[in-house]
Amino acid sequence: MSHDKTKKQAELIREISGVNPYKCMKCGKCSASCPSFNEMDIKPHQFVSYVLNDDLEALVNSKSLWKCLSCFACIERCPRDVKPGKLVDAARQLVVRERGGDFLSADEIPEKLDPELPQQLLVSAFRRYRR
Amino acid sequence: MQRIGVFVCHCGSNIAATVDVKKVVEIVRNEPGVVHAEDYQYMCSEAGQALIAKAIAEKNLSGIVVCSCSPRMHEATFRKAAERAGLNPYMVEIANIREHCSWIHKNVEEATEKAVILARAAIAKVNLNAPLKAGESRVTKRALVIGGGIAGIQTALDIADAGYEVDIVEKTPSIGGRMSQLDKTFPTLDCSACILTPKMVEAAAHEKITIYTYSEVEKVSGFVGDFTVDIRKKARSVDMDKCTGCGVCQEKCPSKKTPSEFNRGLGNRSAIYTPFAQAIPNVPVIDRDACIKFKTGKCGICSKVCQAGAIDYEQKDEIVTEKYGAIVVATGFDTIKLDKYDEYAYNQSKDVITSLELERVMNAAGPTKGHLERLSDGKHPKNIVFIQCVGSRCSDDRGKPYCSKICCMYTAKHAMLIRDKYPDVNVTVFYIDVRTPGKNFDEFYRRAVEDYGVNYIKGQVGKVAPQPDGSLLVQGVDLLDNKQILMEADMVVLATVIEPDPSVRKIATMLTASIDTNNFLTESHAKLRPVESPTAGVFLSGVCQGPKDIPETVAQAGAAAVKAIGLLAKDKLLTNPCTAKPDELLCNGCSACANVCPYGAITYETKLINDHGIREERRVAQVNNALCQGCGACTVTCPSGAMDLQGFSNRQIIAEVDAICR
Amino acid sequence: MKYSYFPGCTLKTTGASLDRSARLAALALGFELEEIENWQCCGGVYPLGSDEIATKLSSVRALAEAKAKDQELVTLCSACHHVIKRVNDDMKNVDDIRTRANNYMKLDEAYAGETNVLHFLEVLRDRVGFDNLKAKVTNPLKGRKIGAYYGCLLLRPGKIMAFDDPENPTIIEDFIRAIGATPVVYPYRNECCGGYISLNEKDMAKSMCKRIKDSAEGFGAEMLITACPLCMYNLNKTEGGISVRYFTELLCEALGITEEGKAL
Repeated sequence: MSHDKTKKQAELIREISGVNPYKCMKCGKCSASCPSFNEMDIKPHQFVSYVLNDDLEALVNSKSLWKCLSCFACIERCPRDVKPGKLVDAARQLVVRERGGDFLSADEIPEKLDPELPQQLLVSAFRRYRR
Repeated sequence: MQRIGVFVCHCGSNIAATVDVKKVVEIVRNEPGVVHAEDYQYMCSEAGQALIAKAIAEKNLSGIVVCSCSPRMHEATFRKAAERAGLNPYMVEIANIREHCSWIHKNVEEATEKAVILARAAIAKVNLNAPLKAGESRVTKRALVIGGGIAGIQTALDIADAGYEVDIVEKTPSIGGRMSQLDKTFPTLDCSACILTPKMVEAAAHEKITIYTYSEVEKVSGFVGDFTVDIRKKARSVDMDKCTGCGVCQEKCPSKKTPSEFNRGLGNRSAIYTPFAQAIPNVPVIDRDACIKFKTGKCGICSKVCQAGAIDYEQKDEIVTEKYGAIVVATGFDTIKLDKYDEYAYNQSKDVITSLELERVMNAAGPTKGHLERLSDGKHPKNIVFIQCVGSRCSDDRGKPYCSKICCMYTAKHAMLIRDKYPDVNVTVFYIDVRTPGKNFDEFYRRAVEDYGVNYIKGQVGKVAPQPDGSLLVQGVDLLDNKQILMEADMVVLATVIEPDPSVRKIATMLTASIDTNNFLTESHAKLRPVESPTAGVFLSGVCQGPKDIPETVAQAGAAAVKAIGLLAKDKLLTNPCTAKPDELLCNGCSACANVCPYGAITYETKLINDHGIREERRVAQVNNALCQGCGACTVTCPSGAMDLQGFSNRQIIAEVDAICR
Repeated sequence: MKYSYFPGCTLKTTGASLDRSARLAALALGFELEEIENWQCCGGVYPLGSDEIATKLSSVRALAEAKAKDQELVTLCSACHHVIKRVNDDMKNVDDIRTRANNYMKLDEAYAGETNVLHFLEVLRDRVGFDNLKAKVTNPLKGRKIGAYYGCLLLRPGKIMAFDDPENPTIIEDFIRAIGATPVVYPYRNECCGGYISLNEKDMAKSMCKRIKDSAEGFGAEMLITACPLCMYNLNKTEGGISVRYFTELLCEALGITEEGKAL
């Protein structure tokens, strides 16, 4: 990724998320609250550093983007109003907007279905995984 | 016509870097009335002041304008300099071209233009200034200290030792404050009661100190040197003179289910009670909301068992009115309520407690008699987790934005004491930063780690989950290891953010003392006047001004005492001559001014007025110069323009505005 | 009393019993749920991005329709409630979103967050009142030990959802008491069930749900109740442990309503 593009993407993430990463004091409350912590390669409290250091390549390629459950525990408990969950979502938006979202394709769906599966699950999964 | 000198200060580069001072001098030289203008690097220096004196003498100046920093910094300096040179000090005006101009602008051209405008306004005002003479007011040689914790006690002792009368007003039944609730104190680990009780006794025994406990300040009027204060002595229902403090009433009282404030609700007290054994005075009060006699009319056991006949159910609140020259606020702190932090399960488990509650648990006179026990089942804990910064350093709406300052040290203290007394107990501390500035403080914290094996983990706790077996599952993070941690604990202790005692808001309003957005009282100058409130005659002691530990509190208490003593040592104070003055010819006696005056300085008098040959009796306003604080409320209220403020007359203000708009 | 009602996609299909039992209970309690005409799916997740507009329009449409009828808008599914409540907050408080959404919608009258969004539980608490509900219970569920499962979406973010204390909620426990049963408080009632992750990573959702169920059971709960079809699905997909019901089903039972809508 070129330097300029990275810078622009970092700006975009800040804009989409509305998060000011400078407010973070690295207390770790987000990572302490996150139910997906063990599944993530980049941990919630580290998201801000990737944005601040313009290290977007690693962030957008992180599997953490697809492990966040949007349960808002980090957003609720963050003492600094940083709300790391919003950063993750913005990074995810960046990926799906750019690549058209290839994390999950329609062809893969049928095998994952079962009769009780609620519509809501499909709708939200699609919103999350692709556009 | 005045002969005005203008002196433009560079303030090193503070002003000169942004304002072209030479240009300002050249422009203002041509203003009406100006006969002299010059600039200098540091006008407040001795050399600068000498320049002013020299110009006053040589050019026969009748007024001067100093273009410099805020009048809060150096107005007094330049007034004194002018006075020494034979000029009336009220013929000096300051144009603030630093805080109001150079510090807030970047563009030299714009800043210079603004500096000129500010100078012009001041010159226009001086053209209309008249010499004023300060009056005198008396000083009541007595101080009031509001709050009877260690801050209030120390301040009172220091003032009393200097020979002045001091009254302490404490709202709870005993002096002692938060320090009386503590078990041990850092960094020396001496027993809190052992060092506090002698001070309490000394204050009680001091012939110059009067202690009003179970009392609150109700009304404050007057001004520096001459405050009048109403103190409400709440009905104790016990005669202080008769009571011998034997304690039988408390033993026999059948109403024993009221949560003890002193034990932070961890144990109960009787309806008639002294908060703790070393209470001063050792005279109980009846909590009328809890007392069966007061609730149902039946009971009266305390009265029957009291040998001294001290119980008095008929006692009423009493108002004591006293005059004071100085007032010291020492209202202290409390911890915030943890209702919004239940991810830590404070409201869901008895074994999740605050650090202040732990102090009571550790204390021999506390609810567990000093044994470290789980409050849910009395079992000895094996694993204790401390969580730091609960509500501190928060910019959300749950907590406070500041650091509470004392928690890192008291948690190290708790951890060490527990490990020392119970080596079988594992102690873990989740922290964001460990902050230990202070003499022997970091060494103290390192001892906890190195000598006592306390497990410090950098990271926070996300959730405390009570388990069916009564244990607590702590879910936290170790940021240095980048691992989420699940840890079983028997007790969790929360280092809860402190806040100014809520009573301070009412007190601050009564004193017209300013408070900040966190309810801490504001000091007059953060660095140079740290124990003075901006309200003259009001001083600050202890945590009411900002978070601090005991040594700092005691130091500040002494400093506040010295400032109060400095005031009380004076026989007379010069009063501000910038007071309101009515033009009796214009006054129509409508009372509008008296109604808005916050100081009760305006009265009415019927006198014979000679109105251009017409002699008649009229009701006209009179201003008591000792009471008037020069706020100007009356001048803007007066419908006939009869009221004017000396030194800030309507003409002067309009002249300034005109000069700015020119 | 009539409320506008947004059922959402799942309540028309796998979550039909949530819808049906809620309507029956509402009638028994003296209020009616009037379904919004031609409602469209809320999207399931609230779009966090500050520049998201199109994804919020279906909610705005429903909100505007309730406004036109001068009714409060009631939801049942936690996800719908979350999305619609937050979009409403955006429309009320975020100038940029309000302007752009209105520009796009071209409504007769611009929508600015006027509609009050209520979850069915809030109707029970704040409009009916739990005391009144208790008085109408004919078949109190005495002796039943029930754990409330809140999940995340009803509670968080606390400031916007303004539903209950996000860390120590009481509304469902109060509901359980009102229908005559005994609430069982357990710590994971506000922790996530895994949500949509279960489409792709079944094990992850299962381990989260197992923790929730085990904890509730450990504290003595015999059953969980929820307001969310997705939570219901995830909890049920986790084999073993206690059963999970919609809160409205138990409400009907307590009110003496059978499946056919007749009194027992």
